Amino acid sequence: MSATAAIELRDISKYFGGKAANKNVNLSISRGEILSILGENGSGKTTLMNMIAGIYFPDEGQIFIDGKEVVIRSPRDAFQYKIGMIHQHFKLVDVFSATENIILGLEEKGKFDLKSAAQKVKEISDRYGFEIDPMKKIHEMSVSEKQTVEIIKVLYRGADILILDEPTAVLTPQETQKLFSVLRKMREDGKSIIIITHKLHEVLSLSDKVAVLRKGEYVGTVRTAETDESELTEMMVGKKVSLNIDRSEPKGCEERLVVKNLNCVDREGVKILNNVSFTAHSGEILGIAGIAGSGQRELLEAIAGLQKLNEGEILYNNPKTGECDNLRDKTPMQIRDLGVRLSFVPEDRLGMGLVGNMDIIDNMMLRSYRKGHSVFLERKGPRDLAEKIIKDLEVVTPDAKTPVRRLSGGNIQKILVGREIAAAPTVLMAAYPVRGLDIGASYTIYNLLNKQKEEGVAVIFVGEDLDVLIELCDRIIVIGSGCITGTVDARTTTKEEIGLLMTKSTAQGGEA
Amino acid sequence: MKKVNFHIVKREPMVWYKNVLVRAVAIIASLLVSAVVITLLTGKNPFQVYASMISGAFGSSLRIWSLVQNTAILLCISLAVTPAFKMKFWNCGAEGQVLISGLATTAVMMFLGDSLPYPLLIVVMLLTSVLAGVVWAVIPAFFKAMWNTNETLFTLMMNYVAIQFVAFFLKYFVKSGSGVLAPMPEHGLPVLFGQSYLLNIIIVAVLTVLVYIYLKKTKHGYEISVVGESENTAKYIGINVRKVVIRTLVVSGALCGIAGLLLVGGTNHTISTTTVDGRGFTAIMVSWLGKFNPIYMVLTSFLIVFLQRGAGQVSTDFRLPSAISDIVTGIILFFIIGCEFFLQYKILSTKSRKEND
Amino acid sequence: MLAFLVSSIRLGMAFLFGSTGETITEKSGHLNLGIPGVMCVGASCGCFAEYLYLSAAGPNANYILAVFIPIIATMLGGAVMGFIFSFLTVTLRANQNVTGLALTTFGVGVSDYMIAETGAVYSKGSRFFTMSFPFADDLGWFGEIFFSHGILIYLAIIIALVSSYVLTKTRIGLNLRAVGENPATADAAGISVSRYRYASTCIGCAIAGLGGLSFIMDYLNGNWEYCIDAIGWLAIALVIFTVWKPGLAIIGSVIFGALYIASSYITGVSFASKEIFKMLPYVVTIIVLVFTSIRDKKENQPPQSLGLAYFREER
Repeated sequence: MSATAAIELRDISKYFGGKAANKNVNLSISRGEILSILGENGSGKTTLMNMIAGIYFPDEGQIFIDGKEVVIRSPRDAFQYKIGMIHQHFKLVDVFSATENIILGLEEKGKFDLKSAAQKVKEISDRYGFEIDPMKKIHEMSVSEKQTVEIIKVLYRGADILILDEPTAVLTPQETQKLFSVLRKMREDGKSIIIITHKLHEVLSLSDKVAVLRKGEYVGTVRTAETDESELTEMMVGKKVSLNIDRSEPKGCEERLVVKNLNCVDREGVKILNNVSFTAHSGEILGIAGIAGSGQRELLEAIAGLQKLNEGEILYNNPKTGECDNLRDKTPMQIRDLGVRLSFVPEDRLGMGLVGNMDIIDNMMLRSYRKGHSVFLERKGPRDLAEKIIKDLEVVTPDAKTPVRRLSGGNIQKILVGREIAAAPTVLMAAYPVRGLDIGASYTIYNLLNKQKEEGVAVIFVGEDLDVLIELCDRIIVIGSGCITGTVDARTTTKEEIGLLMTKSTAQGGEA
Repeated sequence: MKKVNFHIVKREPMVWYKNVLVRAVAIIASLLVSAVVITLLTGKNPFQVYASMISGAFGSSLRIWSLVQNTAILLCISLAVTPAFKMKFWNCGAEGQVLISGLATTAVMMFLGDSLPYPLLIVVMLLTSVLAGVVWAVIPAFFKAMWNTNETLFTLMMNYVAIQFVAFFLKYFVKSGSGVLAPMPEHGLPVLFGQSYLLNIIIVAVLTVLVYIYLKKTKHGYEISVVGESENTAKYIGINVRKVVIRTLVVSGALCGIAGLLLVGGTNHTISTTTVDGRGFTAIMVSWLGKFNPIYMVLTSFLIVFLQRGAGQVSTDFRLPSAISDIVTGIILFFIIGCEFFLQYKILSTKSRKEND
Repeated sequence: MLAFLVSSIRLGMAFLFGSTGETITEKSGHLNLGIPGVMCVGASCGCFAEYLYLSAAGPNANYILAVFIPIIATMLGGAVMGFIFSFLTVTLRANQNVTGLALTTFGVGVSDYMIAETGAVYSKGSRFFTMSFPFADDLGWFGEIFFSHGILIYLAIIIALVSSYVLTKTRIGLNLRAVGENPATADAAGISVSRYRYASTCIGCAIAGLGGLSFIMDYLNGNWEYCIDAIGWLAIALVIFTVWKPGLAIIGSVIFGALYIASSYITGVSFASKEIFKMLPYVVTIIVLVFTSIRDKKENQPPQSLGLAYFREER
């Protein structure tokens, strides 16, 4: 690697609680170059970039800028070395104008002059072809305009090295194209650009080099001109790892939940679900694979009655009555009153599924406390249930009266899944149920899901680890940018196939 | 960059005796500071001052009755604001809710006192004062539920609207022009065993238990906790948050209504714009310091009333203005509020740096 | 009519100090319900300083000292209250509502003590504060409205204008508003959230304290007989009424002053109905509050993190 690299990382490692988030990563980027960092969720891309941006401090390794070793301890240090990072979650003040946000916190000498600052903003945006009104308020802006403000903010501070964390995740294809042309202009201008992504076609169309990370490990760097999709996919997903999860054949499959043409948009008007249709059968585990934030959460929340839909139907075939109910636009209460036994393990365990400050018994009641006509709570049932879950799932806790906030992540999840299963559901939805769990706890969850499947429950499992999806599920639907990009048989598919579907650009291709 | 050589982390809950110890230290520290203040103002020996405080609170059976009675009223208002606070609805309007129900009680006593049979009169008093409190509490709750209107500021303003209503009432109906309404003990709540405050105390004791049960043992109370802890979770399990907000403020307002009834019907038998005397605000602190637990609130309200009565006695004994009791209460509140920090956080030196967050 | 307007202005400026102070505080995200207490303490410190100065100087009292000693004492007293509030809420992370109310309890106590101890009459000192331009009388109604006031009236307007300028047109103001709107963003931009909150609260309280002094020394002509906490609550209401804009508060405060005293100038209504008129400032504030929340226009909302604590590690 040449000594003239704008920034170079040597053997960078970072550990969180003994677990390596990054291990021995080497990277280098020259002036006037675009480098993509490619990797699945949890492969350590963002952690690595945060170390360059001064948010984390590396445990091992060295960082060089223009050949000189540097120490970056804070975002301020990073600014000094002309490094700017555009985070996935924008840090902007809603009621301020673009210019006000851009100059926030700067300690420039001389008079405070919004007009000349706005002029400077205009110059920067003209130079690179942004379209932005410097006086427009953030809350009146679209997502892509907000992103533009973040990029200009970094340029205004004179950054030469720009890091963009998943910049296209929130953009439409047209906006993405615009962003890319801006980035190319910056490259011509001699800036170094690092872009975190997992969309292969973007990598190929934009960058000069690709560095691939996998589970925190550095896999390697290749020149874009010398590679292709399948090589990159293989680098990204790696060889298949055998997990030995027991999987039985699905039996007595009936159509339990039929989802037809779901469409929904978020508050900013961005389409989150785009014509999503699928069927979940009883006695089967249906996996949902996809990059995080592709619409999985909204899909599950729509089924649970928590997300407003613009279009579509959610049909539930009641095994008891044989009737078919449409769950669309029903509240969770109305869904329950229909006799639909739907359980939902949400992604946000302590913010949604459980109440952190309540003890285990009170958390058990969340679903069932309404039972009966008495105005009083009945705690005996929940207490017994809590004791049973603690015993059966080997939850480590002082007692059932401990606030769940104080338990470890795995034990919290056991309590949540245990409660949802205890309701004897006919449909069980679980979003990332093993995220952050150790091996033992993960297997407990797999076994619970498998047992539900054997009892004839339609299980919907949203996961991120492809090895797990392939070994646990029966069928896998792949979702990308709110569309279903493919449905595969888990017994015959490969990680590469799913990986390609996940990163396939459907928004451009239209229908799945 | 400034070098920070310590940082603060949330601590695990302390064992109960440490908990008590920290609070005791805070109270003692605040008493020391208050003693210094009083000594500076009077030049008297602080021990005399303490002795005077204790005698002011417990010195005679009349003083003890008065202490318990004042505790009961303050506790009652604190009970009223607690359900709302537990739901994170910052009801700063107890002052107005109590006052307006006191006004309702007064009106009934004045206009129906002579025409209705006594038992019926009491029932009408109860109903109107509860209704008045509910109306006063539900108006801001409705706007909060529908449009997320800031309830802290709304309820604060409602206090003054209530005060002006009372001022209007007094000017309009008190023909003497003095603006002072003569007490009407004959239309007040019944006196038990010759002790005029006994009924109040019994009612508040019962209410304390009822509110405790309501919050801890009923489905409503459970819903209040869930909404207060996490609105997301509440929606996830299908709670209608708007309905819970309004329903809880009905309860809160009704309890304020009872407090107004006790204050006017059971204690003063008349009304003035200062009848509630800031208790609506003190109640917020009682409730918060008592961790929204009605049983702890018995202690916190007792503590505050004890300090106020004691300081009142100090002012008489040493010929100081009675306002000294508010100053002392303020100082003590600062210390108690401040000490919460040490119960929840600990300060670590940066040597034991955290790297795992 | 003229007398009514002049009185409205004199009273309004007491509100203006309070609301300017509270606006500065709220812009940092602090909802300080201790403003009534702060005004009480400010007024007490100012009056006490005046009392001390006048007894020391006797007949030789000079205008500059007689005015500025109490003003400085008032501001110091207010700032100390602001410091207590900030220390409890920022450093010790206490709840802002509870802390503010405790501050009010304390402040009301201090002022009641003052009233009782020092005899409540400061008319001697008040003379200095109501002294106006000598040519005011020559200018007829114009002079009456614009030049007949004491120093505090002009000071209130100057402070409000300066605050308005600082908040909207300077870097410090921009940073301060960012702290109140979105402290995490401000923090990421390298702004010290705690430092801004401490400073804005202390300065805001110092200014609010002057409202108490203005009310006693100017509006009441030194006859301090009752507690002035209601003025403090109205000042908080005025902040909402003028949607967090000190410039607008100059007019708003005169309207509030007018509403507050309208009852004593209106003829043809009963003595009692006048009490109903005194409700107006509060009712109007409620209507403004409801209206802005229904309209949900971003610019007219309270600072987004108002009343919320900010601790970096709890992001």
